Amino acid sequence: MLSVRHLLGIKDLLKEDIELILHTADNFLDVINRPIKKVPSLRDITIVNLFFENSTRTRLSFELAEKRLSADVINFSATSSSVSKGETLIDTVNNILAMKVDMVVMRHPKPGAAHFLSQHVNAKIINAGDGAHEHPTQALLDAFSIRRKLGTLEGVKVAIVGDILHSRVALSNIFCLKKMGAEVIVCGPPTLIPRNIESIGVRVEHDLKKALMWCDVANMLRIQMERQDINYFPSIREYSMQYGLNKEVLNSLNKEILIMHPGPINRGVEISSELADGNHSIILQQVENGVAVRMAALYLLANRPD
Amino acid sequence: MSPRVILDTNQFQRTLKRLCFQLIENHSAFENTVLVGLQPRGTLLSRCIHQELTQLLGNSPVYGELDTTFFRDDFRIKPLIPSSTSMNFDIEGKKVVLVDDVLFTGRSIRAALDALQHFGRPANVELLVLIDRRLSRHVPIQPDYTGVSVDAIFSEKVALHWNEQATLAEVILKNKES
Repeated sequence: MLSVRHLLGIKDLLKEDIELILHTADNFLDVINRPIKKVPSLRDITIVNLFFENSTRTRLSFELAEKRLSADVINFSATSSSVSKGETLIDTVNNILAMKVDMVVMRHPKPGAAHFLSQHVNAKIINAGDGAHEHPTQALLDAFSIRRKLGTLEGVKVAIVGDILHSRVALSNIFCLKKMGAEVIVCGPPTLIPRNIESIGVRVEHDLKKALMWCDVANMLRIQMERQDINYFPSIREYSMQYGLNKEVLNSLNKEILIMHPGPINRGVEISSELADGNHSIILQQVENGVAVRMAALYLLANRPD
Repeated sequence: MSPRVILDTNQFQRTLKRLCFQLIENHSAFENTVLVGLQPRGTLLSRCIHQELTQLLGNSPVYGELDTTFFRDDFRIKPLIPSSTSMNFDIEGKKVVLVDDVLFTGRSIRAALDALQHFGRPANVELLVLIDRRLSRHVPIQPDYTGVSVDAIFSEKVALHWNEQATLAEVILKNKES
């Protein structure tokens, strides 16, 4: 059984919780590869997907996971709702819960929104990304994808490259990988690396080549243009020359590495098209695994006795 | 009540042989029949049966293992951890023999029948169990092949002890607390 009632962040999880989710996801991956991809486990559960921020993969992935568990699903996006009329988050959610909804999957631009909600409403909450804070299911599916490919997470060397400062994926990934015994380096221009990030047990490397030489897995993050209110680097072209992964850089390593990307990809910026579609890349497997991992998280939380 | 041995190793070996001969009587060479063990504990028995049938027939019947966790109706009463499913074949039009160790309330078998539908529409489904706890069914499900029938009350428990060579050491009927 999970030690937590909500999935708000990887920071709150125990190693055993992560093991349980990954183990359960193995079984769900099996289920979604059958001709009939559905199981009846959550047929009495209603789930609302509350998205206060844009999303393609995560929203579709959650919706598919919920439907494959036979849950009833309602979708909510902030732009077409009464939020624009000034309704507060708690009021919005309590109104939805009054319609007998059991679980909330929420993405919100403010860090801590999911934590805040979990203290004020009576439903199980899954954080689908809160600002630059955490994105737990992405970290779980990244860990799951590495484990499926390499067999273990213990001792695996992972380089997280790119915009670490604005990235909830980076933070959740660091917590998750560290808990599972992997080693992590973050790599990017000094302006995009948070100060004192070493205090959570990662090393900082500003030279992409050195980071890649060291790692088994490179997780290439996107430059989050929408969160950049000031200029963190001179130009996209210059960033791409310093920190973009392309065929020449990969060939110069003389070794095999696994390439991951949480999406959406800015082709030609952080990674070249050739590599994103190449055979080192497991980007589309990550998307497939995402459904299985989210099914596992939903299943374990929904069935957890209170 | 003091614990009582229902089956020991020798009796188990005889019962296993008898069950296999009964299966061969009805399914001859297993051309159109698949054997499916139920996770987690039914597979210990189904592996023994599969091994025995392979020896008797001279070839290996199609064999799979099925986990029914996601189809159960008691997953919200107690936490259930799924086991793995390995069913690398289609059961469309096939005869299926489900194998489980103990038939008690029948709810696991109900879940298994649901889970089985995901692999096709079988011609028919039969049930083989080592221990049939009569008088305790919650759903109308009966076995086609039975090792031993036991009349036990709810406060009693049937415990199967397997040894390291994956053969049955003994089956004991005891009080739940002991």
